[in-house]
Amino acid sequence: MDIELVGLTKRYGDTLAVDAIDLKIRSGSYCCLLGPSGCGKTTTLRMIAGHETVSSGDVVIGPKAVGDLPPAQRGTAMMFQSYALFPHLTCRDNVAFGLKMRGMPKAERLRRAEAMLGLVQMEALAARLPAQLSGGQQQRVALARALVTGPKVLLLDEPLSALDPFLRVRMRTELKRLQTELGITFVHVTHSQEEAMALSDLVVVMNGGRIEQAGDPRTVFERPATAFVARFIGGHNVIALPDRRVAVRADRMRLGAEAGPDAAPARVVAVEYQGSAVHLGLEAPDLGTDAGTPLTAILSDRAYAATPFRLGDLVRVGWQAGEAHRLDA
Amino acid sequence: MTTATERALALPEAPAAGVPAAPGLAAAARRQRRLAYLQAMPLGLVFAAFFVVPLLLTLVVSFWEYNEYEIIPAFTLQNYLDVFDGCAAGADLCTTFRTYLSTLKFCLIGWAATLTIGFTVAYFVAFHVRSAAMQTVLFLICTIPFWTSNVIRMIAWIPLLGRNGLVNDALMSLGLIRRPLDGLLYSDFSVVLAFIHLDTVFMIVPIFNSMMRIDRSLIEAATDAGATPWQTLWNVIVPLSKPGIAIGSIFVLTLIMGDFVTVGVMGGQQIASVGKVIQVQMSYLQFPAAAANAVVLLGAVLLLIVALTRLIDLRREL
Repeated sequence: MDIELVGLTKRYGDTLAVDAIDLKIRSGSYCCLLGPSGCGKTTTLRMIAGHETVSSGDVVIGPKAVGDLPPAQRGTAMMFQSYALFPHLTCRDNVAFGLKMRGMPKAERLRRAEAMLGLVQMEALAARLPAQLSGGQQQRVALARALVTGPKVLLLDEPLSALDPFLRVRMRTELKRLQTELGITFVHVTHSQEEAMALSDLVVVMNGGRIEQAGDPRTVFERPATAFVARFIGGHNVIALPDRRVAVRADRMRLGAEAGPDAAPARVVAVEYQGSAVHLGLEAPDLGTDAGTPLTAILSDRAYAATPFRLGDLVRVGWQAGEAHRLDA
Repeated sequence: MTTATERALALPEAPAAGVPAAPGLAAAARRQRRLAYLQAMPLGLVFAAFFVVPLLLTLVVSFWEYNEYEIIPAFTLQNYLDVFDGCAAGADLCTTFRTYLSTLKFCLIGWAATLTIGFTVAYFVAFHVRSAAMQTVLFLICTIPFWTSNVIRMIAWIPLLGRNGLVNDALMSLGLIRRPLDGLLYSDFSVVLAFIHLDTVFMIVPIFNSMMRIDRSLIEAATDAGATPWQTLWNVIVPLSKPGIAIGSIFVLTLIMGDFVTVGVMGGQQIASVGKVIQVQMSYLQFPAAAANAVVLLGAVLLLIVALTRLIDLRREL
C-alpha cells in the first residue's frame, strides 16, 4: 500500500525531532530512510508504525489516515533493531505470537508459523529459544514474526547493524529477495549509504529532522541536491567556487594533462591503494572545500600505474564541464 | 543462567588422570583452585558459624531426652513422636496438623494478597511511571514502613481496629453498623492484615527487579503484533516476571510459616501457629521438643520451596 507522510512533525518539548516532512512511498517499493544518527529517521519510522505519537501532520497508509490508530490496525509490522524476540518463547511461538493475539486456533497458527519459518529457512530450529540462536538466526525469526500476520508494510529499524559485515551483505540480499517475492512495501532505516544504495527503490536522505533529498539511488548519487547529501552519500568532492558550490564525483576528477581548462594546481597529500582503484588526497588552495578537507580523486589502478603520483607531487586537477553538479545550498 | 555459562564460570578442571598435562600447567591450575577456595573462605566461615552449626545443633538437640528440670544428651525419637502425638489415631485432626493447617491458611491468604498487591504496585512503578527519578522516589516510599520496628507497626493497628478504635467509631458514626465489630482485632482478619502490611514489600522488591529487566522493546513488539494491554500482561510481562514472583513468594511463605510475633500480637495470643508452639516450648525450656518442632517446620518449608521451584526453574531464569 502507498504510504504518505503529510507535514509529519515530532516535537519533544522544545526540540524538533522531525520537522514537517512530506513524503510519498509507492506501494511495493523498497524505501530507505538514510541519515546520520539523530536525524529523525527512526522517529519517522516509529511514527509510521504507531509506536510514537504524532505531534502534528499525519500518516496515510493506503486509503486512510492512520495518525492516531494503534499499530496493529495500520496494516504495518515492525522489525526492531534488537529484534525484540520474546526470550521465554520458542521461535515457533514467537512467530505465532501475533496470530495467538488475534485468537487463531493453536493448530492453525503453529502451522502458519512453521510455514513462515520455512520462508526464512529457519524451520529446523523452530523449537529453540532465542538465546540459543546466533544474531543472524534471531534476525530471521524476527523477520518471520513480523511477516506472519500478512502486513502490507514492513518497517525495519536498522535491521542489519548488529550483524558482522559478511552476514550483513547476505541478509541484505535476502531482504531484497523477500521484498520482491512478497511485493509489499518495505521501509528500512539505515545510516549506511552502501546499504541504502544496494536495496532501495527510493532513498530518502534525512538531516536535522528534514528530508534533504528523496529519489532513486542513481539520481541521489548523480545529482545530489545539497552539499550534505553529496558528502553523506560519499564519493563526491564538494567544492566552493567563487560564484557557486558544486559537487564533483571523485572518480571523475581529472589530473595532469587531462585536467582541462578549469584546472587548478594541487599537492598530493595522501595515496591510498585500494586494489582496483587508488584514492589520492589533494590539497588545492584555489578550490575551497569545507573545513579544509583535502579533495579526493579516484584513479583506476591502470591510470595510476601509467602516472604514479607520489606524496608531495604537484599536479593540476580539474574536471570536464558537465561533471560539476551545482548544489542548492 | 544456562549450564553453559556456569561451566564457563567454573574453575578450570584439573586434568584427568592418565591425560598427561604439562606439569607447570597442572600446578598453575591447582594454585588457582586453592586461591578460589581461599576467596570463598570468609563467606564460607560466616555461613558455617551462623547457619550450618546452629542448624546441626538444633538437629542434634531434637534427638535428646528431657524432663522437667534437665536435658539429657541421649538418643531418642520421643520428641518427634510427641510432635505427631495422636496423629495416627484418625477421627479428629491432631493438634500438630491443626496448627499446621492454620499456619498454612495464613500462608495461602497472605501469599495471595501480597502477590496481588505486590505485583500491581511493582507493575505500576515499573511500567507506568515514566521518569527514573520518580521510580526511585516511589520505590523508596514502599520501604518507609521499614523505618520502624515490626512490633511498633503491629501495635499501631490496635487503636485503629480495637473495639472502640477508629474504624469502629467511623463505621458507627456513618451509621453503617449499630454495634462495634468484634472481629477486627485479635482475629484471623487482623493477623492476615498485619502479615500483608509487613510482608508486601518483600514481594514488591524482587518483582520490581524482574520487571525492570524486561526489555521495553518487547512490550512494543507485543503491541505491534496486536496484543491488547491485558494480553501483553499475561503473555509477556507475567512470564518474564516469574523469577521475581518466585523469590518474593519464597520470602513471604517462609516469613509467615515461621512467624510467632505477629500471630501473637495481632491474634491476642489466642491463635495457634507453628512458630508460636516452638516459642512456647522454648519458654518452658523444653529445648529438645522445640528443636524437633523446628526440624519438622524446616522440612515443611523446604517442601513448599521445592514445590515452588518445580513450578519455576529459578536457576534457569536468573
